[in-house]
Amino acid sequence: MASVVGVLAIWQISVEFVEADVLPAPYLVLRSLIYHTGDGELLFHVGVTLIRVLISFTLAMAFGVTLGIIMGRFKQWDAALDGILVLALNLPALVIIILCYLWFGLGEFAAILAVTINKFPIVVVNMREGARAVDQDLLQVSEVFRLSSRRRLFQVYLPQLYPYLLSSARSGLALVWKIVLVVELLGRSDGVGFKLGIFFQFFDIASILAYSFAFIIVVMAIEYRLIVPLERRLTVWRT
Amino acid sequence: MIQIDISSKTYPQDHVQTNLCVLQDVHFNIKSGEFCCIVGPSGSGKTTLLNLISGLDKNLKGSILINGEAPTEGAVPGYMFQSSRLMPWLTVRENVTLVLQKGASEERVDDLLHEVGLNDFADVYPKHLSGGMRRRVALARAIITEPPLLLLDEPFLSLDASIANHLRRQLIDICERRSTTVVFVTHDLREALYLADRVLFLSSRPGKIVLDHFVEIQRPRVPEG
Repeated sequence: MASVVGVLAIWQISVEFVEADVLPAPYLVLRSLIYHTGDGELLFHVGVTLIRVLISFTLAMAFGVTLGIIMGRFKQWDAALDGILVLALNLPALVIIILCYLWFGLGEFAAILAVTINKFPIVVVNMREGARAVDQDLLQVSEVFRLSSRRRLFQVYLPQLYPYLLSSARSGLALVWKIVLVVELLGRSDGVGFKLGIFFQFFDIASILAYSFAFIIVVMAIEYRLIVPLERRLTVWRT
Repeated sequence: MIQIDISSKTYPQDHVQTNLCVLQDVHFNIKSGEFCCIVGPSGSGKTTLLNLISGLDKNLKGSILINGEAPTEGAVPGYMFQSSRLMPWLTVRENVTLVLQKGASEERVDDLLHEVGLNDFADVYPKHLSGGMRRRVALARAIITEPPLLLLDEPFLSLDASIANHLRRQLIDICERRSTTVVFVTHDLREALYLADRVLFLSSRPGKIVLDHFVEIQRPRVPEG
């Protein structure tokens, strides 16, 4: 809370030294935020962006976790796919986005695909690390007591991967947010990224900041309402 | 009955071409209900022998049969490893319940935790237990299913002497009641003589049986001195 007040104070002071067009005062941004919320537009675009984030995040996590575990567990798969993985990790996000739009058209499918491809390799790397670090001694316990495959998976195997899963989810969400905006800016006609592009053309800094704040509030809410409680629940045994 | 016929058990070695031979020409049978202690110096293959009997390790020259079947075919054994190997994300009770069949009575878990003196710790995570307490949880996990075959790898090592003696008496009691077959690895000869119907002595590596001794002392035996 103190940091928020600090930022606001510095902002207010800075406003005195620059032109109002370049850095509008906090109350102007708040007014803009209320205005954009009032006509329902802001909520619509934030909602659209949120849906894109959720779909591509879920896809990237699902495929990334599966492939990561396979690569961490089976050396042949790791050897076969490692080269492609390094390539995918180093491809600039912009190149992936542009190619997706060129190949699949300026549609929803291309947008989601571009975000998913950007995020996916990082999940794979993270989960591969996790799968490699799995404690063989504990797996032997499940083997000798002949636990059902369900128990083996949910009570012995996966809990060892939860820390990796959580860190993938957290860093993943942060990355997906950023890339979704770029994807929207470049090729969609709705969403926060699209709106920011419009305000950019009109040099409307107050609206840009208003949208950014609305967006930050949603991201923080997801972090503290969803991810932090989930993390606490999954790692309660460590404390 | 367990029939053990090992002509050799070797491990591949890193950076060296030749294999390391851990057990050689180990042939013996264990009768059902027999309490059998394996004694030997470090590296004589005691733990390897347990891993072979449990079916965790299937890679050997020779054969191991439990009631005529391969180790992984018949009844599930109880195994207490040298380290406790508890799941850190499960509480004490959950760790023990983990190996029970679905729908099995969980009341027994609480009774057993009481027997090993951990009833106050049932809902605690292993992180908060001392080493000795963790071993007791591991012991409870090994015996909760009342297995016909119990494999114990130095179960009372580093335990408080009085707790260890208490647990030894309980173990004998449980095993006699259920006529459990026990293979108990230790390097403490006194412990072996206190517990076992029969003590097998392994030589240093590669382990061979150097002495097969039946203990004819009536129970209850006097633990010390």
